[in-house]
Amino acid sequence: MAAPITTDLSAALLTAPVPPGNWLVILPVAHCIVLGALMLMLRAHVRVHALIAVLGLAVLVLIDALLLKRVIDGGPVTMVMGRWLPPFGIAFTVDLFGALMALAAAIAALAGSLYALSDIDPGGRRFGFFPFLMLLMAGVTGAFLTGDIFNLYVWFEVLLISSFGLLILGSEREQIDGAMKYAVLNLIGTTLFLIAVGYLYAIFGTLNMADIALKAAGLRDTAPLMTLAALFLLAFAMKAAAFPVNFWLPASYHTPRIVVSALFAGLLTKVGIYALIRVMVMLLPVEREALSLMIALAGAATVILGALGALAQTDIRRLLGYVVISGIGSMLAGIAIGTPGGVSGAVFYALHSVVLMMALYLLVGQAARLGGSFQLTALGGLYRERGWFAAVSLILFLAACGLPPFSGFWPKVILVKASLDIGAWWLAAALLTGGFLTTICFGRVFLLAYWRPAPAPAETVAIGWQSALPLLTLTALVTGFGILPEQLLSLAQAAAGSLADPGAYIHSVFPEGAAP
Amino acid sequence: MEPLFAILVGLFFSAAVYLMLSKFSIRIMLGIAILGNGVNLLLFTAGRVTREVPPIIPAGFDTLPADAANPLPQALILTAIVISFSFLAFLLVLTYRAYQDIGTDNTDEMRIAEPDDPPLPPLGY
Repeated sequence: MAAPITTDLSAALLTAPVPPGNWLVILPVAHCIVLGALMLMLRAHVRVHALIAVLGLAVLVLIDALLLKRVIDGGPVTMVMGRWLPPFGIAFTVDLFGALMALAAAIAALAGSLYALSDIDPGGRRFGFFPFLMLLMAGVTGAFLTGDIFNLYVWFEVLLISSFGLLILGSEREQIDGAMKYAVLNLIGTTLFLIAVGYLYAIFGTLNMADIALKAAGLRDTAPLMTLAALFLLAFAMKAAAFPVNFWLPASYHTPRIVVSALFAGLLTKVGIYALIRVMVMLLPVEREALSLMIALAGAATVILGALGALAQTDIRRLLGYVVISGIGSMLAGIAIGTPGGVSGAVFYALHSVVLMMALYLLVGQAARLGGSFQLTALGGLYRERGWFAAVSLILFLAACGLPPFSGFWPKVILVKASLDIGAWWLAAALLTGGFLTTICFGRVFLLAYWRPAPAPAETVAIGWQSALPLLTLTALVTGFGILPEQLLSLAQAAAGSLADPGAYIHSVFPEGAAP
Repeated sequence: MEPLFAILVGLFFSAAVYLMLSKFSIRIMLGIAILGNGVNLLLFTAGRVTREVPPIIPAGFDTLPADAANPLPQALILTAIVISFSFLAFLLVLTYRAYQDIGTDNTDEMRIAEPDDPPLPPLGY
């Protein structure tokens, strides 16, 4: 007979019901999964998919905005699954950085879903573009909001499997070739991440990020944390397409539908950067300091080689793939600098990059529709026929080069200043050289595709609202944050501050004090 | 027990890396399968490897006996197995389709998306 249990479980279990406001923490993820499942059930009625996805993503933007407001007002929020308190229960913890990234991702996805109305043909819809999109958003948002590192791995896999589905939508030979490289290398990347998680658990005996941040200081002398940090660095750099491990990106990003490329470029590499910042800056700051020279070298190489790769392309989609890589280098530089200035630069750049890369790919898709080709050699005359379209293009190109007065300028200024502040003049030089090469590259695109007279008279194609609306909205964001950056700048600085000193984050997970 | 497991994991990893460095996609897939199993073993070793002590709290006690295995890594492995299995299934189908469509499983010849000699970018106006 079992003896009656007299233990007081209130120390390990949640006794009070979750306050209604805290459901906001999990709502964005649940919302995406439910809508994705709903669309799968309605697979016979493909017509309603688009409507559900666009409305659903609009609601997602609203939820993420509310969540951001709540985090700005009251600091990080935690919700625990299944009554077990951390570190035993799985926690969703949202701080400013996560909430900002989730909101940016939701805005980008909403723009993508609008563009998809005209870009994805009925065949693609029948293969499940919109359900995949919602599940991709579930994975991305889950990765931004979770407070548990094994959970982060699971969300990585969720977004990875949805991205496989999106990538081979259409089953062309090119897509299957690109998908092979993308799938194999990304799977190896997440497996490396899982290895790191295994070691992390063996060392810390916990997977909760706040708990790890608490315990790291005490274990630093005895545990092989450096090995752990290097493994995490390799795994996340692979996801983010940093220089030595970036070659899956230009091999695959130009093969799917243009809106799929846009979603990947806007969201997926940024999830890698997010995880890198979260783990290296917040959990293992001392190890980041020791690895900073290596991260800085990788960042500088990524910036310059990405821009050089872009210069060597004729296909504009492939060119943009290299521009994505170049941007990743700037964010890596911010992580390497590691001062509050450097990290806030990386955060700002990541937010700007989510919106801008989405817009650039959509823009190129529209340009190819007007000019009938993705090849620089075949395009021409866009400026003469479409004045305002050329103006929007110029704004986005300038923002991608990091020229004022658009949103790419400020993170670049912050990063250059931060690297000069710590005396790394060569890093600043690399960032500026990368910007210069990107300027040449986009200058050539504008010269050839816009100013040059059209090689062959193309038939006039109308620009539908489905592509005009997302393009104009994203361009308005890029311009707005370029001209009035104060608000976003102070948010990025606050986010970097809370990453450097995760006291509030830990307090939100363990309100009573340290873990048992 | 742990050193033995560590050596086994090392063997799994080296076999996986060897296979993944191959040119042929089917060998790469085998390498990935072995890598996934190696990682599962690694996770398993991360929670004390013990013999015949199930992680069950005996009657009258509040905590696990100290020599029992840690149940959490086993829960993690369960998740990881499901995920890696589904991914392997997807990759195998993808490899098969690639073999059908491209007509080769030699990765050197899989250059549809990135042709061998891409055209030079336009050099003049």
